[in-house]
Amino acid sequence: MDFIDLKLASIWDKVRAGERLTFEDGMVLYASHDLSGVGRMADFVRRKRHGNVAYYVYNQHVNYTNVCSNRCTFCAFATDEGTGHAYTWSIEEVKSRLRERMDEPVREIHMVGGLNKNLDFDYFTGLLKAIAEVRPEATIKAFTAVEIDYLSRLSGLSLAETVAELKQAGLAMMPGGGAEVMSERVHEALFPKKIGKDRWLEVMETVHDAGIPTNATMLYGHIETLEERVAHLMTLRDLQDRTGGFSSFIPLAFHSKNTQLSHLPPTTGVDDLKNVAVARLMLDNFDHIKAYWVMIGEKMAQVALSFGADDLDGTIIEERITHTAGATSAKGLTRAEMFAMIRGAGFEPVERDSFYNHIS
Amino acid sequence: MKALFQKISKGHRVTPEELLELFTQATLPELGSLAHALRLGKHPDPTVTFVVDRNINYTNVCMSECKFCAFYSKVGDEGGYVLSRESFRQKIEETLELGGTQILLQGGMNPALDLDWYIDLLRWLTATFPIHVHGFSPPEISWLADQSDLSIAETVMKLKEAGLKSIPGGGAEILVDAVRRQVSPNKCSVDQWLGVMREAHRVGMRSTATMMFGHLETPEEIVEHLVRIRDLQDETGGFTAFIPWTFQPTHTKLQLEKATADAYLRVLALSRIFLDNVDNVQASWVTQGEKIAQVALFFGANDMGSTMIEENVVAAAGVDHMLPKEELIRVVAAAGFTPVQRDCFYNHLKVCA
Repeated sequence: MDFIDLKLASIWDKVRAGERLTFEDGMVLYASHDLSGVGRMADFVRRKRHGNVAYYVYNQHVNYTNVCSNRCTFCAFATDEGTGHAYTWSIEEVKSRLRERMDEPVREIHMVGGLNKNLDFDYFTGLLKAIAEVRPEATIKAFTAVEIDYLSRLSGLSLAETVAELKQAGLAMMPGGGAEVMSERVHEALFPKKIGKDRWLEVMETVHDAGIPTNATMLYGHIETLEERVAHLMTLRDLQDRTGGFSSFIPLAFHSKNTQLSHLPPTTGVDDLKNVAVARLMLDNFDHIKAYWVMIGEKMAQVALSFGADDLDGTIIEERITHTAGATSAKGLTRAEMFAMIRGAGFEPVERDSFYNHIS
Repeated sequence: MKALFQKISKGHRVTPEELLELFTQATLPELGSLAHALRLGKHPDPTVTFVVDRNINYTNVCMSECKFCAFYSKVGDEGGYVLSRESFRQKIEETLELGGTQILLQGGMNPALDLDWYIDLLRWLTATFPIHVHGFSPPEISWLADQSDLSIAETVMKLKEAGLKSIPGGGAEILVDAVRRQVSPNKCSVDQWLGVMREAHRVGMRSTATMMFGHLETPEEIVEHLVRIRDLQDETGGFTAFIPWTFQPTHTKLQLEKATADAYLRVLALSRIFLDNVDNVQASWVTQGEKIAQVALFFGANDMGSTMIEENVVAAAGVDHMLPKEELIRVVAAAGFTPVQRDCFYNHLKVCA
């Protein structure tokens, strides 16, 4: 089938030949008005890797505190100590929240939180040990690179030593948050207190070297340019060439409600699909591209399965961060709803663990 | 499939069997590519049109009692209403103030209202307000003809003479009697629905056509629906647009899983591919939300339908998507199209860039 956008033809030749795409190719893909043309190529690569399978994981989120000293402009979740809605869960509270759902087959605990000065390093190792004790069969996927950097300062240990301590306490995987968009311009404008590109990459490399796989993300739909998006993807691709430690890439749609950027409109459906498809095509060394339904909504996530995504992430109950920023998706999906979404798009649902082993 | 893709790209008409093959075999982006190329063939300018109008539901009292409807009130029930002239005046003045050019006038099959009521209303509306009346879907007209012992042709003529300008394509649901008997047993038959449209087109009135899917129908029945529309369009050329949308099950008697976004985009694209003789295909943001409605612009749709200053029927089924005009313009422009306000006949009124 021909492309409506003739510029896609030469990219298609490369994609079919398994050739790596360039920065310029990435720009052509983002700028193209041929949405389905880009989608067809991404779907081709997706099916070559994963056939008709679409993954999901039965997981539970733990956001241990919303008190955060970084106060990024795009965040509606963080708050200061002492405000009415500030909270910090004790280790006992986290345990009891996990115990509330012991009748469910949770395979992964996804845990991230704010940078709360009142917590010491022992709290974090204690959290990991407590989760491992209550949920020994679940994988603990915890702490973004931002938190790991913070914990190394808190512990006074080197990055590698900090990671080793956390690993020993039960950390088995790391999420990919905190990179936002790796551009100094965006960093200065939106999250100056948070670690920048170089430190984020350093943390990820250290974690990968310790044998802990991580995800990678990109927060899009705020002030970033298309050039900055493509550069971000290429930086991730370079690190992946060196470490092979990234498990999946997750484009994160920015939600502005209740943030300092509330004047910005929500991401559009076309942009949501583009980010999935372009990531699939540019990130030739990533196995998995996730359509995160919490952020783009169930409908877009389902359609994204045909635009390069092979994973819908979790069943998740109690998602807090994006819903504080006005997400209108459900707070949790049941397994039946997940099945209906996946089968409705003609794919076969496969439940996985954190490392993409199939669970029968 | 490759040969079929080529045939479609060359602009050849698709057979029902071929459409069914696409329905079950083609991937979603393949369907999008085929449909979007055909859309660009018909409308090479990258414009997306919309109309500013208000749905006015003159009564919710309805004898039809369709299983998919959460809006109606049974005859004699407490929640029943017939809109007063004062309410009409207020709603229409508000619509005109907001730059509206038409009203979509639809309501239940209410036995308390006879043909004279409709004629008086149309005459009053036409004499009082500078607004286009797009009203009365085939089930209403067919029922009105029965009630008045008139033929469909006579009824259509009387409504036209009283000021009716065009007819909405509602009540088509699925144009297969076996399906209609299950979901809307008291509503007009396939032949009656088509008969109203044929008469309306014959006397020079244009109409739209719709399809409500995602309930009890099979893919074959969706194809049959499209065949009926294409055949009548070959005969009359009176359809301005085709509007597929999905059944919304909340608060209705049909407790089914909602059709997914994938199903919606698939059927939308298939509609554009099959209906080579219908110029316009509308996206349904009311049932799909703004994100899928925007994506729909790459799956065959060239029109965003109405801004719907007021909408009651889908809202009664628990769907509360809202798309203010500014937001509609934003998502159309963000997708790379020029938003253009149109009238009921798809004449461009105003570029909103």
